[in-house]
Amino acid sequence: MFGFVGQRLLYLVPVLIAVTMLTFLIASLLPGDLAYVMLGDQATPDKVAALRAQLGYDLPLWQRYLNWLGDVVTGDLGRSFRTGETIMSTVLDRLPVSIELMILTEIMALGLGIPLAILCAVRSGGALDRFLTGAAFAKLSLPSYMVAIVLIYIFAVELNWLPATGYVPLAEDPWGNLRSFLLPAMTLAFGEWPVLMRVLRSDMIATLQEDYIAMAKAKGLRPARILLVHALKPSSLTLITVSGINIGRLIGGALIVETIFALPGIGRLLVGAIYARDFMILQGVVLFVAAGFVVVNFVVDLLYAVLDPRIRHGRA
Amino acid sequence: MAVLDVGSDTSAVTPVRKRRGPGPLFLCAASWLVLIGMAAILADRLPMQSPFDMDMLGKRLPPGSAHLLGTDNFGRDVLARLIYGARISLSVGLLAPVIGVVIGGCLGMLAGYFRGPWETLITGGADVLLAFPPLVFALAVTTYLGQSIPNMILVIGILGIPAFTRVARAVTLTLSQREFVVAARALGATHARILLRELLPNVALPLLAFFLLLVAVTIVVEGALSFLGLGVPPPAPSWGSMIGEGRESLEIAPWLAFLPAGVMFITVLAFNVIGDTLRALTDPRPARL
Amino acid sequence: MSDEILLSVEGMTVDLPTARGALRAVDGVDLALAPGRTLGVVGESGCGKTMLARAILQLLPKRARLGGRILFDGEDLLQLSPEALRRLRGPKLAVVFQDPMTSLNPVLTIGTQIVETLQAHLGMATAAATERAAELLTAVGIPAPQQRLRQYPHQLSGGMRQRVAIAIALSCEPKLLIADEPTTALDVTVQAQILDLLAREQRRRHMAMILITHDLGVVAGRTDEVAVMYAGRVVERAPTPALFANMRMPYTEALLAAIPRLDSPPHTVLPAIAGRPPDPTRPLPGCSFAPRCRYAEADCKASKPPLGKGDAGGNRFACFHPLQPAAEARV
Repeated sequence: MFGFVGQRLLYLVPVLIAVTMLTFLIASLLPGDLAYVMLGDQATPDKVAALRAQLGYDLPLWQRYLNWLGDVVTGDLGRSFRTGETIMSTVLDRLPVSIELMILTEIMALGLGIPLAILCAVRSGGALDRFLTGAAFAKLSLPSYMVAIVLIYIFAVELNWLPATGYVPLAEDPWGNLRSFLLPAMTLAFGEWPVLMRVLRSDMIATLQEDYIAMAKAKGLRPARILLVHALKPSSLTLITVSGINIGRLIGGALIVETIFALPGIGRLLVGAIYARDFMILQGVVLFVAAGFVVVNFVVDLLYAVLDPRIRHGRA
Repeated sequence: MAVLDVGSDTSAVTPVRKRRGPGPLFLCAASWLVLIGMAAILADRLPMQSPFDMDMLGKRLPPGSAHLLGTDNFGRDVLARLIYGARISLSVGLLAPVIGVVIGGCLGMLAGYFRGPWETLITGGADVLLAFPPLVFALAVTTYLGQSIPNMILVIGILGIPAFTRVARAVTLTLSQREFVVAARALGATHARILLRELLPNVALPLLAFFLLLVAVTIVVEGALSFLGLGVPPPAPSWGSMIGEGRESLEIAPWLAFLPAGVMFITVLAFNVIGDTLRALTDPRPARL
Repeated sequence: MSDEILLSVEGMTVDLPTARGALRAVDGVDLALAPGRTLGVVGESGCGKTMLARAILQLLPKRARLGGRILFDGEDLLQLSPEALRRLRGPKLAVVFQDPMTSLNPVLTIGTQIVETLQAHLGMATAAATERAAELLTAVGIPAPQQRLRQYPHQLSGGMRQRVAIAIALSCEPKLLIADEPTTALDVTVQAQILDLLAREQRRRHMAMILITHDLGVVAGRTDEVAVMYAGRVVERAPTPALFANMRMPYTEALLAAIPRLDSPPHTVLPAIAGRPPDPTRPLPGCSFAPRCRYAEADCKASKPPLGKGDAGGNRFACFHPLQPAAEARV
């Protein structure tokens, strides 16, 4: 077991380092002198030069990278010149919102996708199966902002059940908080569940044809047990992978939804930073998001081992 | 279990059903694409209103005789904007993936053919690029380099490279095991020759199918950027920005958002249908979904 | 010979729809089995013996059409509801499949797979069921059972996995055990052990057993009666000693002759049976074996010989020109 974990870690570290390098490179190579931006209309050549020296900009690139990396490792992502707060604290402020959105989305997507996948797998080729397969395919062409518009129109404008925008903190009003997340989570879940459903359905159809399922039937086990214990577990691998990758991507990738629904999450933080050309925040947050994605992938790999004992013991 | 080969559940019962050849759906999709493509190309010559003429007295008119599809928040003709929007979406959509397919295809083929350290390097690089939230990358670059169509094409094109790399590598891996490659090697062909003469023609078809799928994705991404106001600069009409503008008037004029959304949806769906059909016909890898 | 019949198969037919037309996998088979007796079903690949087994177990593929009657322990299996069928699988009817690597679930422990059967049918509590599972493993000859219960199938050898499969099958004390080629996927050295295990358990529990195999050598000495199948039909059926002493069907003779013998001189050519079984989607009007039979005559090709009533020794055969009963004993 530890050999497996060690192996994955060995792959993880170089990728993480590459991610930091790429982030730093992008941020520093982008045109637009930060010192000018920071000083605004008070910029004179002397002040600019002084500020640059202060920020350490006259050092060679690789030295700046290492300095930055050293800071990052201790948790210091720098300080935003606009807000004055440390970037780390800004990120941690916004993180719970994004996480809550992520969790609600995944619950909805899996809650819809798993039962439908099982139904479709059991009656594969039936009317429901064909309808859902077509729907899943059509959904590929519906991006999140379109879904958001439709949902807002239905639930906020016409029915007036849910708020179109606005965020209520959890501590203030739990129910209001949940309401403000429902539409955004529904939007994102709408995009996720077709893929999850198709992936699980496909794996389950293959699993259901295996001999050990016939054996389970021959043992006289209840159909529910055969489906949920014997068939679901070996079929979940791809589902877990896709779920994990989605979660990883949702950390920073829900920015359209966060922007539309005005949720103060990481995505919106990024968009705001780009508008304001606050590239310190941009750099720190992108690093956080990318690193988070890599780590989530790593966790997914570990989950593989938990689910399939053959991988744990070294044979696939 | 010693079963007769024909005994298992579905394989013997229905004749070969996996190959989805061109069907009525394919024809509809192709027709739509031809229609919208022609409209986009001939936009200047069509007897239409200008997409830029504002008429503040005739804001948000519902579809009627003067304006076939109504007017938007600034009184501009919606139909005209949709057609000019098609120009933008289609040009970005078709040009950006070219970057991806050329660079990604080459990298993928090299990775799948030579294996070893090259493969690790290339796939590792693809993984690193994939770890970045793509929209952020696009946003950052277009914001700093300026909003323009060529910049968007460049950025979205680069973002598509890892996907093509993966497909090209997987297909190359499958094909490298086949006899014709082994035979060529045995006959003393150089690597370049094998790559260009044997592998490339066979990899090209699945890549083409994937290209079409990525066109669909590109249109969506461009739409997303424009929706946020960070894509094509106004007043150029892009479907995405039209949806974004329409969002503000959902209560009084919902068609302003839904018309461009509908057109984009159908176009993207059409590309998906054609790309998927092509993929089912040309992909040498064993079928999954 | 008791009058009590545990399993009675009457006129069973199994049809599978295929792209090229209906495939008749089993073509009018009659069988009867008394409690505690062993029936061997022998035939080459594709003769329908596995379909027969699956039909009795009611585990046919969805599109298959089953005809005839299957009476088991007084009930007509075709009339039972799925729930009633489920309840008798395990306590009354059990099966051992050919390949234990694919018939055991790879992601569940051995213990889980035995215990769940005990819990489903005998309603045992987990602790008691686990203990019983360990006892079963010992009974089938697996040492250190406690440890094995926590392991996964891929951690055991092929022979041990099959023993586990047998333990699972025996766990609820079934009245009938169907073993479908239980040793084909195993090493030759392990085959005899498994067959002996099956025979021993069967005697101890007074359990009826159907042993399906393509190997005539397997049924010799381990079965009470043998049915030889060819192209979906039973072509010869006899008490085992009578079959080997006095085979009447040319096909059975050919099968026996094809078994390599230890005492033949080196480089003896194996008398393989020429030709192949007929295409099941295009059944022949006459005897299915006629094209390959040495003794075939015109009437053999014209109509199908029925399974006769049986000769003096109890052999029933489906042949117009059977081999003459041997004067002296063979093999």
